Amino acid sequence: MMQQSLWQFIMEQHEKLQTQIIQHLGLTFLSLLLAIVIGVPLGILIARKRKLSTPVLGLAGVLQTIPSIALLGFMIPIFGIGAKPAIIALLIYALLPIIRNTYTGITTVSPIVVEAAKALGMNKSQLLFKVEFPLAMPVIIAGIRTAAVINVGVATLASFVAAGGLGEFIFGGISLNNTNMILSGAIPAALMAVILDQAIAVVQKFGYRIFHKLKYIIPASLIMVGVVYGVTSISHQKITAGFTPEFMGRQDGDLGLRSVYELNVNPVVVSDAIMYKAAYEEELDLISGYSTDGRIKAFDLYVLEDDKKIFPPYYAAPIIKSKTLEKFPELEETLNLLAGKFNDSIMTDLNYKSDYLNQTPEKIAKDFLIKNKLYKKSNLGNAGTVRIGSKIFGEQYVLAEMYKMLIEGYTNYRVQTKTGLGGTKICFDALMNDAIDFYPEYTGTGLLVLLKPSDGDLKKVTKSPGETYQYVNSEFQKQYGIQWLRPLGFNNSYALMMRRKHAVELQIKSISDLKKYFDKE
Amino acid sequence: MITVESVSKSFNGKPAVDQISFQAYDHEILVLLGTSGCGKTTTLKMINRLIEADSGDILINGQNIRDRKIEDLRMGIGFVMQHSGLFPHYTVQQNIAIVPKLLKWDKRKIQNRMAELLYKLHLSEDMLSRFPGELSGGQQQRVGIARALIANTPVLLMDEPFGALDNITKADIHAAFKSLEELKNKTIILVTHDVQEAFELGHRICLMDKGKIIQTGTPKEMLYHSRNDFVHDFFAENHLLLEYKIATLKDVLGYMEPENGLEEFDFKETTTVWNALQKLSSDYKNTGHYENLIKGFNDYRKLQIL
Repeated sequence: MMQQSLWQFIMEQHEKLQTQIIQHLGLTFLSLLLAIVIGVPLGILIARKRKLSTPVLGLAGVLQTIPSIALLGFMIPIFGIGAKPAIIALLIYALLPIIRNTYTGITTVSPIVVEAAKALGMNKSQLLFKVEFPLAMPVIIAGIRTAAVINVGVATLASFVAAGGLGEFIFGGISLNNTNMILSGAIPAALMAVILDQAIAVVQKFGYRIFHKLKYIIPASLIMVGVVYGVTSISHQKITAGFTPEFMGRQDGDLGLRSVYELNVNPVVVSDAIMYKAAYEEELDLISGYSTDGRIKAFDLYVLEDDKKIFPPYYAAPIIKSKTLEKFPELEETLNLLAGKFNDSIMTDLNYKSDYLNQTPEKIAKDFLIKNKLYKKSNLGNAGTVRIGSKIFGEQYVLAEMYKMLIEGYTNYRVQTKTGLGGTKICFDALMNDAIDFYPEYTGTGLLVLLKPSDGDLKKVTKSPGETYQYVNSEFQKQYGIQWLRPLGFNNSYALMMRRKHAVELQIKSISDLKKYFDKE
Repeated sequence: MITVESVSKSFNGKPAVDQISFQAYDHEILVLLGTSGCGKTTTLKMINRLIEADSGDILINGQNIRDRKIEDLRMGIGFVMQHSGLFPHYTVQQNIAIVPKLLKWDKRKIQNRMAELLYKLHLSEDMLSRFPGELSGGQQQRVGIARALIANTPVLLMDEPFGALDNITKADIHAAFKSLEELKNKTIILVTHDVQEAFELGHRICLMDKGKIIQTGTPKEMLYHSRNDFVHDFFAENHLLLEYKIATLKDVLGYMEPENGLEEFDFKETTTVWNALQKLSSDYKNTGHYENLIKGFNDYRKLQIL
């Protein structure tokens, strides 16, 4: 059953899949070839001047250890978004194995052979190209092989900076709780890594004997892949839109924009971690954000009015298994201490402190609890451990921290936090599998991502926030044995936003205005 | 002719070669003999500038090697190494043809010259397409020699060329080496720690110790006119064997009766006493001849020691 539906998904999305595969290959190849062009000469250089080897290999090693998302983050102010930062980030990851193996390959060529070559009267370049390089070839290619496999993997993250690739399906699928989508991205990526690895292994086996042919194959494939990739990623538009993978696949997202507003903005896929910044730096003009995000305030973004109401309300509330509530009898009451203590502007302000003023979640949580006279010192209890989960954005970290302080202050339970869980699917699966005890979820997400009701039901239950809450709570109890505790009071729904100045300039206030603007073009 | 004039070299402040001077004449094999660490290999490698001398001059046919482009200098000097030094990624054919290719010889010339050398060194043609890793140690060494000889250089340097071979293979290659016409018109410097090899191949021997030359001379001079105790002690262990090996029938015949019956064996004047005795001792019927030869040798020897 599942395999068939995976097949159906692939058939349905085969055009998208094809583009993503080409983009993925393009990113991998281009960055790999650039890494070869830079890394091999660098490896040769440090093999000649050994003093340079420690700093060069050290630096490449340090670059290698930068987490890929962080590296992509650094790239945006310098290179913007799209293929450029992705290729450069991938290039950096591919450098270390290539430099190191070139260096090792050349320095481990038998000194007897090198001496023989000199004694025969070879000059430096003859020695390099006729002796050292061919003999080091198998080791160098082994390095390229490692780099290729690393790059196929890291290239999935290119979707965070709107460079496309199979990451669009993988991360979209994780956000949307769509296993078929994840597999449609992950299986081709895995196959690609295996095939590439084996293909290079064949080259490695023949080693120096096909070295001469490689001189032609490499530039040829470089140009070919470059052209194909260039063609698939060129877009000229007045308004560049960047949406998160999650937003792309949701009814209360791009799908709704297309069906309800009949608006197709040709968005690129981008990570929410960098989306706001990219909008601020005018890399993107239109983004899908969250209505309580602190960066709206920080970057002076303007939220477009959703005049046709495609974004349902997203009330935040902790969700927890009924069974867990029985196990920790004091828990429900403690968690509900926060119920109704928020509204949208309070939450936006807290997010602003977190995302822009860079205050720690602990400090923000403590300040808030003290202000609301809820803060109590920890009892340092040991009557069982409660595990709190959170998704990977500021608001959730802050909420998790507040719950931690409340539980430690009001009960004798110990608390363990498991913050930064990738997306809805990961959090929810963790909850279902008892890896965490509860996490703050949003009613809209519960409805659209987890329950996925029919269109008719959807219309009925999204009329008011209250009805949505009632519906998800009862359905969750029925289907999963999970309860929604009382809502916190703020509504973090999806929203389309632009730079305020830009919106004023174009006289766009609502999504319908945006539609008109697009039609004019 | 190679002239080495007060050449020195030290590594990290430790002198390896200390003010040495010697000459290697045309058409001769000069052996640099000594224990490991005596500076003989360093000396050899300074001649083709694999190691640059700290001071002193080295002249080849009157021209200072420093005045020549290093690649040209090396292409004009054949070099044979202990571990053949063949390129593992080249076939035997490609290995032998390296220098002619660097010199841009045309294909036919390379092929003819290669065929000639293969024949002389007893290497079969079907070996050409193989890689060095597929050959035995002895075969590799022969290929190494072919590579050093192919360009017909007037100078040949050999760094323990037979050092890694077993005794039987070594004797085999020694024989092939000695019979090579190619070598007759070259200046050859051969480095070895093997005393017997030095006496067997060398026209003259340079005995080195701690970076200095202790004595230079023909094998006979080294044995019978040792300059000091060091030289004497160096050969003491092999003394008798070496004496038999360097004395030829020509030397000894004058001390024997004219009708000694040795004519029936196909000995030449240059056959060594050692080889003749070997042959005679293999058949008990020749015991009389054997004893006569020993007697003749003993009389000859008495005069040498005096």
